[in-house]
Amino acid sequence: MTAAPAAAPVAVSDVTRSYQLDGVSVPALRGVTLTVRAGDYLAIVGPSGSGKSTLMHLLGGLDRPTSGHLLLGGRDVSTLSAGDLARLRNEVIGFVFQSFHLLPRTSALDNVGLPLIYRGVRRAERRRRAKEMLALVGLAHRIDHRPNQLSGGEQQRVAIARALVTDPSVLLADEPTGNLDSQAGEAVLTLLETLNAERGVALAIVTHDAAVAARARRRVRMRDGLIEAQT
Amino acid sequence: MSLTEAWRVALDALRASRLRSGLTMLGVVIGVAAVVVLVAIGTGAKDEVEQQVEGLGSNLLLVVPGEVNFGAAPTVSPLRLADVDAVTRVVGNRDDVAVTTTSGETVRAGDRSKFATVDGVLETTPKVFIRSLARGTYLTRSDVDTGRRVAVLGSAVAQALFPQRDPVGSQITLAGVRFRVIGVFAPLGQSLGVDRDAEVHIPITTAQRVFDTPRIDGLAVKAPDRASIDQLGKKIIAVLQQRHPDTEFSAVTQQQILGVLGDILGILTGVLAAIAGISLLVGGVGVSNIMLVSVRERTGEIGLRKAVGAKPRDIGVQFLLEAVLLTTIGGGIGIAIGIGASLTVAALSPVPAAITWWAIALAFGVSAAVGIIFGVVPALRAGRLDPVVALRSE
Repeated sequence: MTAAPAAAPVAVSDVTRSYQLDGVSVPALRGVTLTVRAGDYLAIVGPSGSGKSTLMHLLGGLDRPTSGHLLLGGRDVSTLSAGDLARLRNEVIGFVFQSFHLLPRTSALDNVGLPLIYRGVRRAERRRRAKEMLALVGLAHRIDHRPNQLSGGEQQRVAIARALVTDPSVLLADEPTGNLDSQAGEAVLTLLETLNAERGVALAIVTHDAAVAARARRRVRMRDGLIEAQT
Repeated sequence: MSLTEAWRVALDALRASRLRSGLTMLGVVIGVAAVVVLVAIGTGAKDEVEQQVEGLGSNLLLVVPGEVNFGAAPTVSPLRLADVDAVTRVVGNRDDVAVTTTSGETVRAGDRSKFATVDGVLETTPKVFIRSLARGTYLTRSDVDTGRRVAVLGSAVAQALFPQRDPVGSQITLAGVRFRVIGVFAPLGQSLGVDRDAEVHIPITTAQRVFDTPRIDGLAVKAPDRASIDQLGKKIIAVLQQRHPDTEFSAVTQQQILGVLGDILGILTGVLAAIAGISLLVGGVGVSNIMLVSVRERTGEIGLRKAVGAKPRDIGVQFLLEAVLLTTIGGGIGIAIGIGASLTVAALSPVPAAITWWAIALAFGVSAAVGIIFGVVPALRAGRLDPVVALRSE
């Protein structure tokens, strides 16, 4: 790690992650060290099965390493309870998924306000902040629409607004343009980059798409559970 | 997440799948409604029996030969009018002693007839029991002493024999003997399965002559107060035992009758409630099943909620509250239906129904408890889901 771990919102140090499949231990990560710095813009690329999704789950605090250290907001997650880890996730990370993961039958406004429920923010304040975020992603006119009433690009923008509403240090985006046409994909990517540039939120994108990866300031290439190259 | 927020989230989730929520509630609705209705009917029956027993009079002591026991064989009464005099001496006041000699007879007036319970009684009967007259007068001491052929008709008998006119002063025939009607009782209904409106009272002396028996079937004593009943009963039995050493006598109070009947009806109510409780239990199992299905179907949602900061406890509480909401809303609807059905049953059928708040509170409490008990497993399962696995499920 080149930066001091305390200054980095997320850092993994020599982490491994193995899964048990029919009693056999299958390694998905085999010793990865990576720091996502404040304001960073990095792309994690690699073929299927290279471990990039596993790495993203670890960076997002959704999973814990089999060995090594994961620091989230400067705290070692190995000592945290599931509840404390959830709180830390809520504070530090914003997730953007390929398939949006919006709650069906729930308005854009309430989808965006969802993370604030778990932060104990009152409803009125939640709605105010959610509205603000929806305006930020250009969907002020769509607040009462449900996901099935929105286009794919709009749904992803709602997901981005949801990721931002807690004012996280890091946005983790897993193939954010994977389910979008090129125009909508471009708009979403531009939005993420603008947020990175203007709000200083670190952006880590997991992608197959070389063109998407090329736009990042840093690229981390994964292969067989290891970082093959960092540029 | 605050509890208020958790309720809101749970309610939103139920609203999102209204049909399924409604169908899941149905089992609880039926179970709770059944508990409310069956307990209402059981309680209603108990209340009615109590009312009937209380309605006989106050501080009564019923003295009969033999044993007062359900299923005990009837005993031929050795009691005679002389025994009544002996009992009157113990009681101290003739007005507090009533007797009966009963016979089922067909009573006729003109071409009309009615089968009635003919009671040979003393003139004291309305002073011991609660019996009021609608018309005419009751028997007098002189009627009893002289064995006059006069009769007081129950309202159903009067209605059957004299449908269009006042029977007072008319003649009736019973057991081949003509009687003059001197009064008609006010309608009273049933007491412990006996139609009190199908009674005809005649002087005991006349009854013994007409029915050709010196027998007295039973006597009733009105005690001055509740405290003296037991002591008085013992004294009366002692006197009768002395006069009839070969016969056993029993004195039973209204409280004892109520105790026995109350126990039986209480057990009946309990059994009915238990049967209804089983359907509530089945409803609970249904809730548990649907909640497990719901956890499986909403795995992606659970994963997302966890990703954005929901703690395992938040997810568990959400699913538990969903189960509790399902059963309590179902319970509320079941209570409303149960009350409605009880009132309908009471209004449209002879089955009595008394809605009791304890049964409603119990049904509601049980339905909430069912939600908690049957919601725990799905809630734990939801709370423990691995967010990575859950997110992958979509």
